[in-house]
Amino acid sequence: MSQLDIAASAQPRLQRALVGLAKSREITVAAVLVVIIALTTFKSDGFLFSSDGWRNLLVSPALLMILAVGQAVVIITRNVDLSVGSTLGLTAYLTGKVFIQWPDLPVPLVFVIGLAFGALLGLVNGVLIAFGRVPAIVITLGTLYVYRGIFLSWAGSDRVNASDFPSSFNELGTKAILTIPVVTIIALVVMGLVGYYLYTARSGREFYAIGSDEDAAKLYGLPVTRRVLLAFVLSGALAGLAGVVYAARYGTVSSGAGLGIELQAVGAAVIGGVAIAGGVGTVWGATIGAVLLITINRALPVWGISDFWQQAVVGALILGAITLDRLYSRRQERLLIAARDLAHAAPTKVGTAS
Amino acid sequence: MPGTAPEGGFALELRDVAKSFGSVAALRSGSLAVAPGSIHALVGENGAGKSTLVKIVAGVHRRDSGVFRLHGTDVDFGSTADSKASGVAVIYQEPTLFPDLSVTENIFMGRQPLGTGRRIDRAAMYAEAERLFAGLGVHIDPRRPARGLSIADQQIIEIAKAISLDASVLIMDEPTAALSGVEVERLFAVARSLRDENRALVFISHRFDEVFDLCDTVTVMRDGAYISTQSIADTTVDQLVAQMVGREVTDLFPKTPAEIGDVVLDVEGLSSAGLFRDVSFQVRAGEIVGLAGLVGAGRSEIARAVFGVDRYDAGRVRMHGSDVPAHRPRAAIRAGMAFVPEDRRKQGLVIDESVSRNVAGVIRRGLSKAGFLTSGAENRAAGPWAGRLEVKTSSLDMHATTMSGGNQQKVVLAKWLATEPKLLIIDEPTRGIDVGTKAEVHRLLSELAGQGLAILMISSELPEVLGMADRVLVVCEGRITADIARDDATPENVMRAATASIQHSPSQPVDAEVTA
Repeated sequence: MSQLDIAASAQPRLQRALVGLAKSREITVAAVLVVIIALTTFKSDGFLFSSDGWRNLLVSPALLMILAVGQAVVIITRNVDLSVGSTLGLTAYLTGKVFIQWPDLPVPLVFVIGLAFGALLGLVNGVLIAFGRVPAIVITLGTLYVYRGIFLSWAGSDRVNASDFPSSFNELGTKAILTIPVVTIIALVVMGLVGYYLYTARSGREFYAIGSDEDAAKLYGLPVTRRVLLAFVLSGALAGLAGVVYAARYGTVSSGAGLGIELQAVGAAVIGGVAIAGGVGTVWGATIGAVLLITINRALPVWGISDFWQQAVVGALILGAITLDRLYSRRQERLLIAARDLAHAAPTKVGTAS
Repeated sequence: MPGTAPEGGFALELRDVAKSFGSVAALRSGSLAVAPGSIHALVGENGAGKSTLVKIVAGVHRRDSGVFRLHGTDVDFGSTADSKASGVAVIYQEPTLFPDLSVTENIFMGRQPLGTGRRIDRAAMYAEAERLFAGLGVHIDPRRPARGLSIADQQIIEIAKAISLDASVLIMDEPTAALSGVEVERLFAVARSLRDENRALVFISHRFDEVFDLCDTVTVMRDGAYISTQSIADTTVDQLVAQMVGREVTDLFPKTPAEIGDVVLDVEGLSSAGLFRDVSFQVRAGEIVGLAGLVGAGRSEIARAVFGVDRYDAGRVRMHGSDVPAHRPRAAIRAGMAFVPEDRRKQGLVIDESVSRNVAGVIRRGLSKAGFLTSGAENRAAGPWAGRLEVKTSSLDMHATTMSGGNQQKVVLAKWLATEPKLLIIDEPTRGIDVGTKAEVHRLLSELAGQGLAILMISSELPEVLGMADRVLVVCEGRITADIARDDATPENVMRAATASIQHSPSQPVDAEVTA
């Protein structure tokens, strides 16, 4: 068997296995989630088999799920949005102020206002990044503080209370359809819509192309600037939506709302298989990642593990996910080099053949 | 000017096209006229302006002046999307694919077949890719990601893309550089069938055997200008080489004879997967050895491996007879090596720092007193070297970023000379430096050699290599294909060794297995 034959047979087989591994990332995370729920339920059956346990399992991750979807889209384009926590807080407070001003406003309209306001804040990010040619991590770190600062100076020590909201709005945070909380349904619908768009629309696929290799995307003639802008607008809009949902669920909004949740959103996306280097991942993976992150944090106390370790476990999860990604891409890279070397080793005789 | 128009006119026509980047004229007067149903070779030395010309056609750059027509219509592309829409496809030496996406998506990105409700019809897309691959006679799984594909297969993807776009003009920029013999044959077969479909093909290559095998017409460029267009049948390799080099080796490069001493650097059987193979050479004290070859031949990679910046798989490096450990630049510095990289701004200078800090950077350890480094000590160490090299700065506190290219190069040189090296490896010593300063850098190198320094100089400028080097090593596709003494070196024989590729070297063990 010649070297070329070996390469031809070994390469696709190994790669197919590796590709399979990457593709099953969502399944892997889902399986880990199921195991954790099962083990924790075994320890204390109230974790799942009580009306409270069931509800908490579904409702706790809802906010992070929405944010993780937006974050996934941004990360797929090889950017990151750190401002979503501040956007969430600011929008949640705005929702309260809107209801105080116009108590009779229809609830759906308030959702539209939240989405639009979040989209506006996202647009600011997108414009600065797409046209200023400054890395997203710097811009959104800046707007994280700016948006939070605006929130602080606007709200001060004031807070919006449940009594400021109409009861139909507050009910959204507690209502359930077929035992599934409404806020969770909202998160799932968001995941479904965005995921469907990314998978089936031409422009959706372009997000992946841009994140995979931006220079190639430019050479290809793809509208890179427009797509990156859109990713940030979408991320902002979803953070705005999450802000409204936050208000509905908790009823009170103080200036600490959404503090630090942006890093959890990044973590959820990474755990769910969205490659931080762009081009790879699904919003469904990011959503599952969000559920896993929240659920682990809720499961650890059941196991008697202290708060300190909860943070460390989340960190270990993220590191583990990144290590997995890195190993995967390293192995692929090595395969590529091996293939090239074989190409070099082969003779370059072209001479007279025609 | 390139030929008379055939019946029906040229598919692609460029006349007197110019393009400058800042003060650098990359293309002074480029002309190229390609008939449909023809494979047209475009040849020229490094920096002849071929790539700039291609990028203008591709819509990457916009020309400053000149005529640009497609099928007789004047065009002006502002973006790559424009050129694509007009039926131009460019296949670059390193194909630009999306590594994370499937090969099929790479072909159809942005224009995927749509089913009901404007959803991407994946089944139709994969079927279409299968059909394209079958037409090209290749077996590539349309669902696999582009990552990990061989360069040859990546090019096939690019060609499939071009065909699915129904491109009437296809430009291939050195497509065979990374291909094996079988892959080259396959590519040529595809190219010929595209020609028979009456498409116009432009083929850029440094391999004359391929040019003569595949093409029917050839255009030569030199120094950013059009030189000639001939029918392949009416020309010879010697004529083409003469037209490509065509300039006189002037006395601009005054290498003074120096006493050649003992072997300083001894490299034996150095190999690195995919980059270079079995590289052996020596550099003696007082000798300037030129590493010539085409861009991408692996010269810089060899230098970086010798200095220990990059790893290598096999072979060894010795200085003054004792081994230098691999992949440890600091050990290499201790052994007496100095390395001035190709990209000064990125790799050679702390661009925002002062001259003295830059010069003293490498010898910091020796300068510091109890761990503290004072500006005074730095200035004292930097002073003599900056003076010797005539670095034109108002003071040693001047920031490197504000200096000219020539002076930056001198600062980098001063920095390394302060370590009192025995061997200087210098990559493209005069790139981006104006003509006057070039001579100064050359004089300096010559002087240093005269003082017994061994110098390994990488240069893509043929006159520089011929003028400066005592010995020219020609690298082609990762291998040293010629070792020519100063007196025997001519532009022609260096160019030949750089292009004639490895088919003249003893056959490799794998040959038999592949061809069998």
